[in-house]
Amino acid sequence: MSDHKTMTLTLIVWRQKNANDPGKFETYTAKNITEHHSFLEMLDCVNEDLIHAGKDPIVFDHDCREGICGMCSQVINGAPHGGQDRTTVCQLHMRKFKDGDTIYIEPWRARAFPIVRDLIVDRSALDKITQAGGYTSCHTGGVADGNAILIPKTIADEAMDAAECVGCGACVAGCPNGAAMLYTGAKVSQLALLPQGKAEAAQRVKNMTDAMTECGFGNCTNHYECMAACPKGINVKFIARMNREFIKAQFA
Amino acid sequence: MILDGKCPTGPIEQTWDKHRFDLKLVNPANKRKYNVIVVGTGLAGGAAAASLGELGYNVQAFCYQDSPRRAHSIAAQGGINAAKNYPNDGDSIYRLFYDTIKGGDFRAREADVWRLAQVSNNIIDQCVAQGVPFARDYAGYLDNRSFGGAQVSRTFFARGQTGQQLLLGAYSALSRQIKAGTVKMYDRREMLDLVVVDGVARGITVRNLVTGEMESYAADAVCLATGGYVNVFYLSTNAMGCSVTANWKAHKKGAFFANPCYTQIHPTCIPQAGDYQSKLTLMSESLRNDGRCWVPKNKADLGKHPNDIPEADRDYYLERKYPSFGNLAPRDIASRAAKEQCDDGRGVGPGGRGVYLDFSSAIKRVGADTIKERYGNLFEMYEKITDEDAYKRPMRMYPAPHYSMGGLWVDYNLMSNIPGLFVLGEANFSVHGANRLGASALMQGLADGYFVIPYTIGGYLATVKPGQVGVDNGEFKKSIEDVKAEQDKLLGINGKKTVFEFMRELGGLMWENCGMARSKESLEVNLKKIPALREEFWKNVKVTGSGAELNQQLENAGRTADFLEFGELLCRDAYHRNESCGGHFRVEYQDEGEAQRDDVNYCYVGAWEYKGVGKEPELHKEPLKFDNVHLAVRSYK
Repeated sequence: MSDHKTMTLTLIVWRQKNANDPGKFETYTAKNITEHHSFLEMLDCVNEDLIHAGKDPIVFDHDCREGICGMCSQVINGAPHGGQDRTTVCQLHMRKFKDGDTIYIEPWRARAFPIVRDLIVDRSALDKITQAGGYTSCHTGGVADGNAILIPKTIADEAMDAAECVGCGACVAGCPNGAAMLYTGAKVSQLALLPQGKAEAAQRVKNMTDAMTECGFGNCTNHYECMAACPKGINVKFIARMNREFIKAQFA
Repeated sequence: MILDGKCPTGPIEQTWDKHRFDLKLVNPANKRKYNVIVVGTGLAGGAAAASLGELGYNVQAFCYQDSPRRAHSIAAQGGINAAKNYPNDGDSIYRLFYDTIKGGDFRAREADVWRLAQVSNNIIDQCVAQGVPFARDYAGYLDNRSFGGAQVSRTFFARGQTGQQLLLGAYSALSRQIKAGTVKMYDRREMLDLVVVDGVARGITVRNLVTGEMESYAADAVCLATGGYVNVFYLSTNAMGCSVTANWKAHKKGAFFANPCYTQIHPTCIPQAGDYQSKLTLMSESLRNDGRCWVPKNKADLGKHPNDIPEADRDYYLERKYPSFGNLAPRDIASRAAKEQCDDGRGVGPGGRGVYLDFSSAIKRVGADTIKERYGNLFEMYEKITDEDAYKRPMRMYPAPHYSMGGLWVDYNLMSNIPGLFVLGEANFSVHGANRLGASALMQGLADGYFVIPYTIGGYLATVKPGQVGVDNGEFKKSIEDVKAEQDKLLGINGKKTVFEFMRELGGLMWENCGMARSKESLEVNLKKIPALREEFWKNVKVTGSGAELNQQLENAGRTADFLEFGELLCRDAYHRNESCGGHFRVEYQDEGEAQRDDVNYCYVGAWEYKGVGKEPELHKEPLKFDNVHLAVRSYK
């Protein structure tokens, strides 16, 4: 354990009252921050000061604060989730910053994600993509024994790699085209890899990519920014697999 | 009043099958005439909404998050139990039933637990069919690991994120029903009241968290799947938004609250680092398969680097005290043992509040790569939070509030004492008794949602006419007025202390006086201090902004107001229960550090009826009968 030296930081934060407000950057000072504060706990401290001063605290999405719910969503110094490898904002700790640093904090910015307030955006477009086909159409009850169909470990592991997506939308925020190809590709791949999902693979990839376009997401032009931003390290190879599934579906 | 759980009688292995046959059915063509509200979209709520929608009911589902996929079930890491007996190591439905009853320290209903064990196998099949990527062995079969409180390997897992994967399964089934139009999803809504008309649950009042508008929804039945309440301790492993609010509002409308003092303190969480801390992070119990808990034998070694303390000077206290279960002792026992070592002045890390969880012998035995494959993401998470490499030095752990076994009282059909109000998952009290075993929460949530409520709700709906009460009923209007009045009051106080400051103070009182150890005296302190704190809150809290906008401080203020009432009930329940059992440890009742139950006087479910703020609630008892398991002193030695 190291000593508890504290830091003072300058925050430049996007403030926007609601969807119709044009919004602007405001400057705040974060004081008495230790290296063990998480980024969100640092914002909690700033908010406590704002409330005591009778001002509206900074509004941001967060919930589990252990890197798994996918709720937190901030662009920090230009990078979704702050740019630390495989890390959500809530798991980013202040030891990654220095005393005196200036930090820019913005919401996800993408056409498909309208801003709700300050750092909160509306990500329901991701739910719509899933509703278009991100499932197997099995009924509750009346399914086969879990071991009835064997799944080789390599396949199960690869499906799991794809399934790790937490649906935060950092891939969209990081993409210059505002594309949701990594999000969609991960789900299409997980279900196409597993025998349980194969039966509907062709229809699923068509429906999900259609929904992607309808929701206003862009397309992939191989920047790989999505993979760099992904807190779960989802690989762009799943985009390639989705493209393959898409082409296969044209002949199905 | 003596409560009746309406459990079926006869040979236990036939109870659920017989009961299912006896339940009335709703004709397929009539199902669409019934509206069902489901609040919460975790494993229990998500699975229930999807299954009820598929059956043909009109379902309205609600969650406070921006998407139903984010409920806190996602945070469960280690796994889900089922009695498949795939490893051929002696498991059976009876053994899972027995382990759960014993693990709960004989304070749960036999029939409910039997049903849970029976449907556990269906859950695994259901999830596999949904495309949940459970771990598999090289031959392609489902893999299993061991968990606390059991001597068989019955836990199924998906890397370190089993809860996330199971919830995504339920979310995908729910998404399919939303697309099909059988479920209407309302996100960013918080339930702030239960609407009861002539003694029957008829709907809910919710706040739209984006616009601040109050909305009314009516239905023929209301299902609460709104999770647990351990955020009453402020620092816990729960998500920031987890609260007792939905349950508490239902309680204030007449629903009995059962066994609130049964709270689970999880033994392996990352110790607190500072006062600013907002939550605690759990490290999966599965780590205790390979990690060994120890503290230095001698206080003189406390300042040393752990690797410099020789083997002979380490006290592997769980292996010493519980040789047959060792590091896989159940949670309540492992937590108390950790506290005992720290109270003895041999705790490690800041403030002496920590024990080591050491992987060095496992790394020597199976290699670092295997350990990485098993727990890699957990080690990574530990390093992000603590800046320490657990492959090179042992993790530091300390117990933290994690789960609530208590909850709203329900009968065997999961219906509360208010007709039409059903309670599912962690929000009810039904199967875990006084202590929950690891990997059983996921099992219960999905059992209730997929395989219990679809049957039992039909039994109720078949007896009522659909659509009897709509939102034009006066009770809905009155409910909105009441909720608005409370909100205006919170906004109008404009005091000097923030909501967080009050919540931290309440959490401190709860942890100090009603946490891992409780006594008559410590509880008396809380029964005095909590009402005083509540009074101060209503005079001195500061909430900025207005009610007609997205206002997170207002949301938190409402939740804190409810915790300030509920905390008192929790303490009162702990005060009345003059015994120790499971997660409820009264220091006066112990035998060499082990919990001492009093089966003569306390072998019952304690369900409380609300009588008004600050007024003594009325206790109702449901006696517990054990016909299939012999009531015995729980031993893991």
